[in-house]
Amino acid sequence: MNELRPFPSPTNEEEEFEGGDLKRRTFLGWLLSGGTLTIGALLSIPLVRFAIYPLTTKTTETIWSDLGAVDEFESVTAPVKKVITITQIDGWRKIISEKSVYVDRNEAGDLKVLSAICPHLGCSTRWDEVSTNFFCPCHNGKFAQSGQLVSGPPPRGMDELESRITEGRLEVHYQLFRQLIKTKEILA
Amino acid sequence: MFPDDQEEEQVEQNGFVTWLDERTGIRELSHEALDEPIPGGARWAYVFGSGLLYILLSQIVTGVFLAMYYVASADHAHATVNYIIKQVSGGSFVRSLHSYGSSAMVVTLILHLAQTYFWGSYKGKREILWLSGLTLFGLVISMAFTGYLLPWDQKAYFATAVGTNIASEVPLVGEWLKLLMRGGSEMGTLTLSRFFVAHVFLIPAGIFAFVGLHVYLFRKAGSAGPMDADPIEPEMETEQFYPRQVIYDIIFATILIGFLGVLSYLMPMELGPKANPADTQFLPRPEWYYLPIFQWLKYWNGPMVIVGIIIIPLVIIGLLAGLPFYDRGEERRPWMRPIASFSFLLVLGGLVFLGWQSGDDDANDPAVIKQITKQNEQTEKFMKAPFEPEISGATLAAQNVALLDPLATKGKKLYADNSCDGCHGENGEGTDSGPELKGIGSKLDQVALAKLLREPTKKMTDGDMDPVEVPDDEMNALIAYLNSLK
Repeated sequence: MNELRPFPSPTNEEEEFEGGDLKRRTFLGWLLSGGTLTIGALLSIPLVRFAIYPLTTKTTETIWSDLGAVDEFESVTAPVKKVITITQIDGWRKIISEKSVYVDRNEAGDLKVLSAICPHLGCSTRWDEVSTNFFCPCHNGKFAQSGQLVSGPPPRGMDELESRITEGRLEVHYQLFRQLIKTKEILA
Repeated sequence: MFPDDQEEEQVEQNGFVTWLDERTGIRELSHEALDEPIPGGARWAYVFGSGLLYILLSQIVTGVFLAMYYVASADHAHATVNYIIKQVSGGSFVRSLHSYGSSAMVVTLILHLAQTYFWGSYKGKREILWLSGLTLFGLVISMAFTGYLLPWDQKAYFATAVGTNIASEVPLVGEWLKLLMRGGSEMGTLTLSRFFVAHVFLIPAGIFAFVGLHVYLFRKAGSAGPMDADPIEPEMETEQFYPRQVIYDIIFATILIGFLGVLSYLMPMELGPKANPADTQFLPRPEWYYLPIFQWLKYWNGPMVIVGIIIIPLVIIGLLAGLPFYDRGEERRPWMRPIASFSFLLVLGGLVFLGWQSGDDDANDPAVIKQITKQNEQTEKFMKAPFEPEISGATLAAQNVALLDPLATKGKKLYADNSCDGCHGENGEGTDSGPELKGIGSKLDQVALAKLLREPTKKMTDGDMDPVEVPDDEMNALIAYLNSLK
């Protein structure tokens, strides 16, 4: 027991124990809880940002798929089937899938792109050169070259996809549409 | 300042506390937690234990958040960690905090152990308390070992390959132990799963149990107080844990975590390229706290290996664990127990020397310097490269068809051109309108398959399957494609 250091409690605090010490303890309690809460809140900022990251990234980003050089479609008179590669980003992974579309010209002579998916039940339509109709083999849906419904159970004509020409290349924004309804409604 | 206001607030607060107390017994709980007597008063020397609790809390929180994106599979682990650090907001910071936190844990643990050792605080009916602490030391070291593999980058992979190989040196059960840890003879995705389960479920369960026991036993034995006090009956003036010791503890924890935060912010933990088991050049170097052991192993070869890696460490651990059982004198001051103090410094100094030696060996070997520099450059390059999402395996398989067999590629085109995909799915996976075609090649031979396609059964035509009317060469291509669907 050679060097017991005194610590600030004996004399002066004993006097005011009833009022002072209790009050001091309460005050320190508030100070500590306040400090701890502040530090906790500061530390939770990166954690909250971390957790809500997927909500802050754009999911509706328009992705354009390449269909080829415009020159390639110079002599198009009937629909040409093209397979495009769709890339979907799902968190840390990339899903690659292939979709079929038809490239053709509209009345004005501009290039247009039709989705090959039948708006009835989602089968793939095929172009029949003999009858110059699109034909869906599943339930005998028939569409004109323009994509308009000719006959059969489909509720609407074939869906046209948004397309554009960038630096001499035809690009399409591939989307899926709700089936079995009269209007063209984008599937999220 | 405003005495009246404060007075009023206190009454209000007491009202609420009384209400809460009647329902929860919070006054007694907080009395139990905060009014623990410390013989000789609060000291900075006592901050390490609660500092460890704070780091543990930080590790738990950051660990849980990391698990939000991490996938424990050899296929995806590296991609997900890469995603965390390059894409997710605050991801690099959270991961660095967790990663540096493990080092901080080891350092603080050594300080806590050293303080207990030099203060002789293990004396006086504290044997189980001491043993539970040493168990926690082992558990924390195992956390560091298992966590190191999880990012599945080059250094993680090769350091763990070496680490698990060391286990096989253990006599009798060594080989079996290695197989158990790896989940097979080679390192692979099963190893990663095992390490993940150990790191996230098993060892944490042990840590929670032993932290509970450790804190309980500490409270039971009471604070040992300064080194000149009697460990059982200190007979000293006491000061309550709250407020001074609490403030010291919180200041220490804040500085510690603040330091880790600044470090994580300014020098984020790096991730190397994905583990490549075929790499024969890679020089694994463990985390700094494993370097002494790494170096130590270099000195032991042949039949003497058992002395170096089993007998000597076991003797040291045994001596440490048995300390409160054989060192029963009441003297606590370190200078009055020179053997104990000297032994501790000897072991600690030895470890530091070994660690330094390991770095020195590397620094004096041009081949090593060259390889390590190369590895560091590869890591830098990888860190600078933008994030590249992993291509999903299922879609990759479909694409690979093209690479494997040109006939099947032609068949795939025919498959799409004939709208087979409309009912049977883009890659033969089947839809509501048509059955799956994967594996059909193994059920029917080529001739039977061609016949079925040309002349579908009644059941098939009822389901809207049309006969496939194509020339023989196209039929062959179509069948080649069907055979490739697996």
